[in-house]
Amino acid sequence: MHALDFDYMLGLVPILLGYLPLTLAMAAAGMACALVLACLLAIVRVTRIPGLNAVALLFISFFRGTPLLVQLFLFYYGLPQVLTFLVAINGITATILGLTLHFSAYMAESIRAAIVGIDRSQTEAALSIGMTRAQLMRRIVLPQATRVATPTLMNYFIDMIKSTSLAFTLGVTELMGATQKEAAGSFLYFEAFLVVAVIYWIVVEALSWVQKWLEQRLNRAYQR
Amino acid sequence: MIELKGIRKQFGDHVVFDDIDLALERGEIIVIVGPSGTGKSTLLRCINFLETPDAGHLTVGDLSFDATQATREQILALRRRTAFVFQNYALFANKTALQNIAEGMIVVDGMPKAKAYARAREILERIGLADKADAYPASLSGGQQQRVGIGRAMAANADVILFDEPTSALDPQWVEEVLGLMKQLAAEHQTMIVVTHEMQFAREVADRVVFMDQGRIIEQAPPAELFSQPRDERTQRFLRKILATNVV
Repeated sequence: MHALDFDYMLGLVPILLGYLPLTLAMAAAGMACALVLACLLAIVRVTRIPGLNAVALLFISFFRGTPLLVQLFLFYYGLPQVLTFLVAINGITATILGLTLHFSAYMAESIRAAIVGIDRSQTEAALSIGMTRAQLMRRIVLPQATRVATPTLMNYFIDMIKSTSLAFTLGVTELMGATQKEAAGSFLYFEAFLVVAVIYWIVVEALSWVQKWLEQRLNRAYQR
Repeated sequence: MIELKGIRKQFGDHVVFDDIDLALERGEIIVIVGPSGTGKSTLLRCINFLETPDAGHLTVGDLSFDATQATREQILALRRRTAFVFQNYALFANKTALQNIAEGMIVVDGMPKAKAYARAREILERIGLADKADAYPASLSGGQQQRVGIGRAMAANADVILFDEPTSALDPQWVEEVLGLMKQLAAEHQTMIVVTHEMQFAREVADRVVFMDQGRIIEQAPPAELFSQPRDERTQRFLRKILATNVV
């Protein structure tokens, strides 16, 4: 056992922080794409569009039923062998694609549950004053479903930020990949991974604050 | 002005009612009474297609069509000519009292926002909730919520307002304020069809009381007549039962 090398750790912080933007960018891109895809899947599921509903079910089942790491390897190492035009796919793109597909499957179900959970009588009230289904969705259901789904979606976003660390297995030098390289050079594995753990932790804590603030804002209409 | 002819509704094999005829004139106030599970609410919901009738013909104002061949446009038009007050208020939880009332005018009638809010404020004034314009439903009492529900129906400027047991879900202390507002509307000759168990209200306000039992209209008459000399034995039995528990 040896004493922690604090100087090494302090010196590592700015180096690793340099890779944080890439980590956050992959998570943000993944989240944006996943939200769009999840909303589409949820609407297909709620309206039970024949045919498409079965496809959505299969999609959700597959991407929830297999590990993210397996999916990433499938896209990055596997697919280009079959679909040769994908040979040029880089690790960052493959990671964003994997995060999008994987998390959209989970998020679709949360969004669907939030939509279905809106009290049916409000739907009837909207129809009774002559609103169309589209107006009802846009004006009444979706704003309320957003509020219900937001805490869960924020949790998925936090999970997604941490999951970007898997990108290092596709050769991407992001936060985790950079740490791995630094540690391999210094042999101070404990220090290096402790630093990166704290960085992830602080980012997630900061997001939790945003989450709390957002929830309070969204709940304003519902306080007695 | 409003006419239902041969209306049938069934859920699966269960026929709720069949061949219902009902007509009312502009400004007329009809109260439908009868035992629970008789199809009163379902009939009311058929009038604005919250339930789709399985047969029959509907006329509201200049709109007239066969229920089984209703187009999307006809249904939307029908809903603009009718307004509905729900037993559980059914206010939009994400909108303030003012917005609940203005919503239909903005989204359905395409009224400019400023004008819709001005009208909504007038309505809030009339329902006695001017000070609650910016309150969300969750912060209102049951009675206040139902008054907003009625305000929303008033904003629709409909040919008829349909009331589906508007006081049944209320705590007793709020019933009077809601009935009071409905009486106010009645005094202004608002055409309405009210399903309720409030016999006193029926007696005071209705032009005609309709008694329904087991999916049939058994008899209909002005309240003085129906309450004092019910002709049918089923009406007599129902009134004896309900008047025993309900001081009129």
